Amino acid sequence: MAATQVEPQYNFDVVRWFTVMAVIYLVVGTLVGVYIASELAWPWLNLDSPYLSFGRLRPLHTNAVIFAFGGCALMATGFYTVQRTCGTALWSNRLAWFVFWGWNLIIVSAVITLPLGLTSGKEYAELEWPIDILIAVVWLAFSFNFIMTVAKRTTSHIYVSNWFYMGMMVMITYLHVVNSLAIPVDMWNSYSLFSGVQDAMIQWWWGHNAVGFYLTAGFLGIMYYFVPKQAGRPIFSYRLSVLHFWALMFGYVWLGAHHLQYTALPDWTGSLGAAVSLAMIIPSWGGAVNGMMTLSGAWDKLRTDYILRFLIMSLAFYAMSTFEGPVMSSKTVNALSHYTDWTVGHVHSGALGWVAMVAAGALYHLVEKLWNTKMYSTALVNLHFWTATIGTVVYITAMWVSGIMQGLMWRDYDEFGTLTYTFAESVAAMHPYYAMRAIGGAIYWLGGVFMLINVVLTIRQASSARVPAAATANA
Amino acid sequence: MADQIHSTKLQDKIERNVFLMFVMIAILLSVGGLVEIVPLFYLKDTMEHNRHQEIVWDRQPGQTLADWKPGDGVRPYTPLELAGREVYLREGCYTCHSQMIRPFRDEKERYGHYSLASESMYDHPFQWGSKRTGPDLARLAGKYSDEWQRQHLRKPTSVVPESVMPNYPWLDDAEVDPVFVQKAMRVMQMMNVPYTDADIESAVEEVKGKSEMDATVAYLQSLGNHVKLDDNKDYRD
Repeated sequence: MAATQVEPQYNFDVVRWFTVMAVIYLVVGTLVGVYIASELAWPWLNLDSPYLSFGRLRPLHTNAVIFAFGGCALMATGFYTVQRTCGTALWSNRLAWFVFWGWNLIIVSAVITLPLGLTSGKEYAELEWPIDILIAVVWLAFSFNFIMTVAKRTTSHIYVSNWFYMGMMVMITYLHVVNSLAIPVDMWNSYSLFSGVQDAMIQWWWGHNAVGFYLTAGFLGIMYYFVPKQAGRPIFSYRLSVLHFWALMFGYVWLGAHHLQYTALPDWTGSLGAAVSLAMIIPSWGGAVNGMMTLSGAWDKLRTDYILRFLIMSLAFYAMSTFEGPVMSSKTVNALSHYTDWTVGHVHSGALGWVAMVAAGALYHLVEKLWNTKMYSTALVNLHFWTATIGTVVYITAMWVSGIMQGLMWRDYDEFGTLTYTFAESVAAMHPYYAMRAIGGAIYWLGGVFMLINVVLTIRQASSARVPAAATANA
Repeated sequence: MADQIHSTKLQDKIERNVFLMFVMIAILLSVGGLVEIVPLFYLKDTMEHNRHQEIVWDRQPGQTLADWKPGDGVRPYTPLELAGREVYLREGCYTCHSQMIRPFRDEKERYGHYSLASESMYDHPFQWGSKRTGPDLARLAGKYSDEWQRQHLRKPTSVVPESVMPNYPWLDDAEVDPVFVQKAMRVMQMMNVPYTDADIESAVEEVKGKSEMDATVAYLQSLGNHVKLDDNKDYRD
């Protein structure tokens, strides 16, 4: 009954589709990740095939998890929360559907072009120029629709989650447009407009802020709606949210340079990036504290509410990786950690622990609200929670050990003052940790499969329950 | 509720007006990027060849790319090397190999002199990389023979048993497309990579009938030998 009252008011159909696609892409994206992780442990898995070789599948993995899974999760939650917090339907339902089909077309083109080796050769921005143009168009449509919906809100003030979504939209537009500037050679090849050191700085300005705004600001938007909703408590501190929002917007932009310390990038740029990185722990933890403390007085809910567990665990990982990040950007640590698996581990503690967990919590919440039902199986949600947590811990532990070991082996000198290890010896030493990482990833992937099964069964159950109810209502 | 809703007038105004909020965010977000990126395009200190002119090849009129000798200075890639670089990009080599040596003692002994910004001034896009699952390649030129490189690309474990690199047997079967190389050089020329029209015209002749393996090996053998670096000079200061 509630559903029939809500639906004419809000545009939830497009949100439903984004929700389901996000869960599917979570499973697909992490599966590719598990495969390429296994290739590093057992290289015969490359199968001598160009389409399955590590160098071509790795961009597919990063694009699938960031843009397919992350994008659909952001668009599902963005279109949902903007309607809920503004008390109005979308500015344009048709434009929202354009965003849905456009975004999925981009994902399909990525799945086709990347294994074919059609790439711009810029990390995390590999897609070629025709797809880049499509991304810009769809992203602007998403942003425009969102902002116009906020503009026609029925509430007086704009709710905090929307600030974060808007910050993400503006910054990703800047980043994508500038970093993708290129001159086409033909339909599927192009060369970056920038070269060498300038290209490097622009690339990492993009690379780190894709993390900072897409995977952090956007997902903090998710956190600011779904944590208080699921906990049934208002956000801990309004003032803290104001402070950490503006600090995050201003500060995050500077961090990219810390990826290029001790390189041919001028020292002033790298040091500036590192200095701001250290300061960023304050706004980052502002968000983590604000989310966690929202539970004060309601901690007992963690015992029974598995969806809330995802949200709180994600904040714990967020706090941890935003502590680790500044540490790694300090020059002393970076000299050791750069170029090693430690960086990979750091990314995944953020991606698996924070981004995918907060998204999972939000997506479960969405499924229950959108289909007006409870999850088919609470046990499966719980199982997903534990596989996700254990998988993440196994993964990042393996990468800490292998990363620090690589760094130490490369710089180790024996008593005669010569390098102790050849590079090949350091590769051989990584094998157990690469195997362990693949296993951690597989455990995580399994959790995603549980989620997909659970979501499908929940939706089937809800639709079969709705049909007889509707029939009686009409009778 | 830790605090009551206290706000400043400005914050209150921003929260009531989405367009004001949009503008504030847009301005704030542009600062960091502008400060860090724009100076790199005009500060002379960014590129070492502004102070040490010998870093860039002083090409005389009438000279071809073939007249260049290792150590003469940074030059654009030859057509065959450019075709090889295309393979390097296509196969995602940058996901496991860096081309950026840092000024540390162990890196110097393992890979050679630290990399200069001027050395990648013609690299569209840059290929510094971010991960060393395999070793750095910035000064690979001449480290191994052409034949070793071929063997290694076909089956890395045949020469480095510990290697986890994929085999690239398909490079032997594919031919370089001369028309594409010419088009690529024209695009580079548009972006101020100093190719002469004669360089571009002779490109077809140079790459015709060559395999992608030939091209890739040519590219790898060109990495890092352009500049004759002096250990007693501090290029970064």
